[in-house]
Amino acid sequence: MLRELINKLSDPIISFPMMTFAFYLMLKHYKTVGTKKFAYWTIAILIPVIVWFLADPNFFSIIKTPDNIPIIILLVLVGFFTWFWLYKAALNDTRIEEGLCPIEATPEEREKVWVWPNLVYTELFAIIACTAFLIVWAIIFKAPLEESANPTWAPNPAKAPWYFLGLQEMLVYFDPWMAGVVLPGLIVAGLIAVPYIDTNPKGNGYFTFKERKMAISAFLFGWLVLWVYLIIVGVFLRGPNWTFYGPFEYWDFHKVVASFNINLSEIIWIKMLGTGLPKNLVVREIFGIILSLSYIIVIPPWAAKATKAGRKLIQDLGVTRYYIFMFLVLMMTSLPIKMILRWLFSLKYIVALPEWELNL
Amino acid sequence: MSFDSKQSLNRREFFSYLTVGWVMFTAATSGILALCFRFTYPNVNFEPEMEFVAGTPSDYPAGVDERWKNSYGVWMVKQEGKLIALSNICTHLGCIPNWLPAELKFKCPCHGSGYYMSGINFEGPTPRPLERFKVGLQPDGKIKVDKTKVYRWEKGEWDNPESFLEV
Repeated sequence: MLRELINKLSDPIISFPMMTFAFYLMLKHYKTVGTKKFAYWTIAILIPVIVWFLADPNFFSIIKTPDNIPIIILLVLVGFFTWFWLYKAALNDTRIEEGLCPIEATPEEREKVWVWPNLVYTELFAIIACTAFLIVWAIIFKAPLEESANPTWAPNPAKAPWYFLGLQEMLVYFDPWMAGVVLPGLIVAGLIAVPYIDTNPKGNGYFTFKERKMAISAFLFGWLVLWVYLIIVGVFLRGPNWTFYGPFEYWDFHKVVASFNINLSEIIWIKMLGTGLPKNLVVREIFGIILSLSYIIVIPPWAAKATKAGRKLIQDLGVTRYYIFMFLVLMMTSLPIKMILRWLFSLKYIVALPEWELNL
Repeated sequence: MSFDSKQSLNRREFFSYLTVGWVMFTAATSGILALCFRFTYPNVNFEPEMEFVAGTPSDYPAGVDERWKNSYGVWMVKQEGKLIALSNICTHLGCIPNWLPAELKFKCPCHGSGYYMSGINFEGPTPRPLERFKVGLQPDGKIKVDKTKVYRWEKGEWDNPESFLEV
């Protein structure tokens, strides 16, 4: 019963909004989340839950796959460091509210040490420890040696390396040209652009959330919800034929999921207007083209004029920075928007021009 | 005096040396580039032949036949009086879909794209149907599949008489 409920809840249709909401709650109540008490309670509650999860043979068989064990370790690390940052930021923000300086700026913390030997020795030790760990690992969990590559056969499910599974999950909702080239390129370009867009001088050398709310929220949403969460889905919840399988579900090759996706042009011309698809490609896709262009071109100037946050932002950043920032944010939010449209309306492409290899 | 003038180059000599040097540099560079370019072409090609003879039309029962899938990457589909040679490369990102006989569909293991038996896409992210190859009858009554000629649905090429065989 409970297991079936969890299987249902972990479907991205439900778990993605839940994760987004949990992310919102985490940042809203970061002073509660960022306490040791919260961490101890979470661990105390999680341990029996994890044991109960592991007692399920289907869940255990996914978890114990040699490829998946390092991913689990990394996920634990992501969780720990997110909490650690919240903890440090909550401490500092409380101090700043009381009019004190951040902990990192107190006289006892300001003492300076040399890179050599203090830092280099630590790094050397970390390198040796990591290498030893990896050697032991490689001996215990052997990498599978599979048959030689065959261009006319693919494993099922065919999974990318774990760090690209977020991208692979994105590709379920996008054209390869978008999710494989444009969006990853924008992630890289956007990360490079961060220091030029972000003019807020605060938070330099100390943990804080209050003084850099927007920057941290935007980055962490992209990182935790759009990247790490999608990796979790791709690694643990996608089985044969890239079908969704709940954590307790057996990876049955014959699981059938009814899905029938249609393009926006088909919804409008065939379902709503009752006419066939127009012959002319641009006329056929005109609604999608208008929608996509207005999403990118209309929203930023409108937000700069009509919304309070937008007015403040364009004042703080300046016109050029503001528009670049808005473009990057809109491209980032296009992913959840496209996912939700797929789930709600079985929408395949807003603009579908396979003739020109252009599908948005 | 004469010794000094021997040591230094005059303008004409300088340019001739420069020309010789530049020509040699260009020749060496283009030689290296040509070798690199040659290196991109393998000595032995393990890819399947682009043309093959696929038996007679009566060899195929109605439905999807997978006998050429692993060797040539082609499904022979007999349906509604037509025999077609369907490419087994997903039009989304080039994975190899599987034929699921129980569900009567091709399903890609990479991102879940689904196609009907005819090759028309209906689920998942794939933007266009599977491609069809040229099929024709040889004088001896055997089918010849030519993978160099591709017919795409969205370009209206599936009506082309070379893209199917009447059976």
